[in-house]
Amino acid sequence: MSENQPLIKVDNIFLSFGGVHALREVSFAVHPGEIFSIIGPNGAGKTSMLNCISGRYQPQKGQITFKGQSVIGMKPNIRCKLGIGRTFQNLALFNHMTVLDNIMVGRHHLLKNNFLTGPLYWFSGARKEELAHRREVEDIIDFLEIASIRKNIAGTLSYGLRKRVELARAVALRPDLILLDEPMAGMNLEEKEDMARYIIDLNEEWGMTVVMIEHDMGVVMDISHRVMVLDFGREICTGLPDEVMANEQVKIAYLGVGLDDDEEAQETSGEVA
Amino acid sequence: MASAHSRMRCGEFRTTYQADMTIFPTPLARRVAVVSVLLLLVAPLCLNAYYLNLMIQIGYYGIAALGLNIVVGFTGQISLGHAAFFGLGAFTSAWISNNSGIPVFFTIPLAGLFTMAVGLVVGIPAGRIKGLYLAIATLASQYILEDFFARADWFTGGSAGAMANPVSIFGYEMFTDQSFFYVVLFYVVIMFVAGANLMRSRDGRAFIAVRDHYLSAEIMGINLTKYRILSFGISSFYAGIGGALFGHYLGFVSVEGFTLLLSIQFLAMVIIGGLGSVMGAMLGTVFMVLLPEVMEFGVHLVGSNSTAMTLALAYLKEMAIGLAIILFLIFEPDGLAHRWKMIKNYWKLYPFSY
Repeated sequence: MSENQPLIKVDNIFLSFGGVHALREVSFAVHPGEIFSIIGPNGAGKTSMLNCISGRYQPQKGQITFKGQSVIGMKPNIRCKLGIGRTFQNLALFNHMTVLDNIMVGRHHLLKNNFLTGPLYWFSGARKEELAHRREVEDIIDFLEIASIRKNIAGTLSYGLRKRVELARAVALRPDLILLDEPMAGMNLEEKEDMARYIIDLNEEWGMTVVMIEHDMGVVMDISHRVMVLDFGREICTGLPDEVMANEQVKIAYLGVGLDDDEEAQETSGEVA
Repeated sequence: MASAHSRMRCGEFRTTYQADMTIFPTPLARRVAVVSVLLLLVAPLCLNAYYLNLMIQIGYYGIAALGLNIVVGFTGQISLGHAAFFGLGAFTSAWISNNSGIPVFFTIPLAGLFTMAVGLVVGIPAGRIKGLYLAIATLASQYILEDFFARADWFTGGSAGAMANPVSIFGYEMFTDQSFFYVVLFYVVIMFVAGANLMRSRDGRAFIAVRDHYLSAEIMGINLTKYRILSFGISSFYAGIGGALFGHYLGFVSVEGFTLLLSIQFLAMVIIGGLGSVMGAMLGTVFMVLLPEVMEFGVHLVGSNSTAMTLALAYLKEMAIGLAIILFLIFEPDGLAHRWKMIKNYWKLYPFSY
């Protein structure tokens, strides 16, 4: 994997809001075909990292290269065309649209018809194009098992289903890199198992590289190829799931400093800082 | 509401995606629409001038209201300057037909295009500001255009107004309401079908996406600035067409017709009809045009034998119109289009409640 050119390379990212340093010198690279997880306690800067990649935030320093091309300064809608798709931690569906239309919005950058050819639906080929994309969207609907709700209004669905529709919408973009922000938050065990299955299928069958933020350690350690741990905006460890689990600094970041090994731990965290 | 949408009529099967993407949800609805258009085709032969006049009014205001619904209802922007674009369409079409040999039938779309160009320029602030600030910016455009109408003698005839030729096509002039009705009907059908098609294709969905969640719309590859400005442009195009029809119908265009009050009335049509509904724009227009007439009829029924009484009734009529609108907004905030959907669903399941 390491011989390949990385799909996305994040280099020394520095992001601050006033005096708050959300990200400090974060660097990592994700190779094509990987499932890469970012974990860390609340406020560690995980979502900020995704926002830097998807274009919501512009970091003050550092470089992000996607497919060998710098994306710094690009607007989110341009990055989407390059092949970056994402879902949101707090649901961001188009609440008054049907599920089907929500997913069709994901095809926006692949569709060609516009405000001139759209109104001439039957004569301009817009219908033919819409139909072709509808078929592709139906494949995604089948894959995520949401066929029964395709005509429902997105805002009226349950939380778990909405999460799934959001994933469908991101998949409809046909991205090479899909960013998932807590895809399993607030789900029960069964829904989590389904979601984990979908993510693995996306990775293996649909060939998407996944960067995921997740708090459920069981899932993260099971399905990730590599894991990065952030704490207070810094990267404290990157590696295989087992390596990360065994890492002392990770334990400190998550569990705090133990009473018995107080001094030792403080030394370690001092080194990190 | 969700179940209402996912619910299909019993015995209705869709076996292709194409059949699932039609404008009208059922074959019956399509037949009803076609039959109503056919009925409208014979309407001028059996209706008197009074009803014909009302229907023509509904036609041109309806086109403009659909335009406003695209910007307010579908894209979620506010516009207080719609009447100015309506007026611009009227003046432009009158000017083109007075200053060139182009038949009026074709100056109407030209006026629409010119209005669209101006709308795109006026829409530029919409790419940057939202909500109340945008309301003020569009209010400014309303006043700027109104002032332009009053001062640009060469274009609008200034305070005297401009004459607008009757609609003509290939030398055939349409002086009468009867013939003009067909012109309006033609444009109404074209513009509403185009509007419905727009909303089920790529750019229409983009408008709704911008309205519902602009941040995730941008992540989905939608250029926010482009679509916010574009929706103003398309809305102005509709206003221009509606205004041009208005001008050529009256035969005379004057600046007094296009005040802020008319802008607010357009907003009322859109809100009463149903924000974000193509059919709602038409329903709201019907409501707003017919309500004063119904009230007038009521006053007529009460009757009066003194001037004081007549005056009092006239005031009561105005107040009753206001009251009707307020009651409407309280009891049917989602508009007539929503109510229509509820009625349809009720009959779908009749006599069972679920």
